[in-house]
Amino acid sequence: MNFFQIFVEAISWIAILGGCAFMLVGAIGALRFPDFWTRIHAVSVADSAGMLLLTLGMCIQGGFTLVTVKLIIIGVFLFITGPTATHAVANAAMVSGFLPKGADEFRKPKIAHDAKTRKLKAKKKSPLKGGL
Amino acid sequence: MFSLATLALFLGMCIVLARLYAGPTLYDRVLAGNAFGTYTVLFIGVLGFLTGRPDFLDIALLYALINFVGTIAVLKYFRYRAIGDTSPSPKGKPVLHGNLKDQGYKH
Repeated sequence: MNFFQIFVEAISWIAILGGCAFMLVGAIGALRFPDFWTRIHAVSVADSAGMLLLTLGMCIQGGFTLVTVKLIIIGVFLFITGPTATHAVANAAMVSGFLPKGADEFRKPKIAHDAKTRKLKAKKKSPLKGGL
Repeated sequence: MFSLATLALFLGMCIVLARLYAGPTLYDRVLAGNAFGTYTVLFIGVLGFLTGRPDFLDIALLYALINFVGTIAVLKYFRYRAIGDTSPSPKGKPVLHGNLKDQGYKH
């Protein structure tokens, strides 16, 4: 076993172990985080990173064979569909009126401001009505 | 080393299943189910390498496809209460078929 082979093996194991660490951290985050909108961060982002690292490590282990081609197909497919599915979940939750914590506080002053400007506009417009 | 990866992925699957059981809302459960599918795909791949037969990757690919379609189908069902034709009517709401209307579903 020459130096190059040892180097490739080391990269492969680092990728696989790092991917496993990402997956575990994502799972723990999904269990421990307090809110749906925080959980979605933990699961989606960590899963994407862990999936890519695990697939890369397994590709290196597989060598130039059909296994690597299948692994690349799985990796590309999961890389596209994972964030898409997470976005679909988040969008469905948002549409169903399931707002993040504190989103109402951001909306309140905007509405009040709109009401104020509407009043001001109405006052400005009212003298014009008689003139026309 | 592959045994360690298998163990870690199995642990992650168990934790995500706990969230799927305990999730307070529907969207937590859908999210956990989607994550569980991803974990399963990787678990099957790693298990193939562990047993020295990486032919299981076809099953993993199939599972990835079904997982994505299943997630979208569940979300669409709970949004429109129908999986089939949900093309928008002129009012912007999906057309309800007779069967659902008789049961009193309103949007």
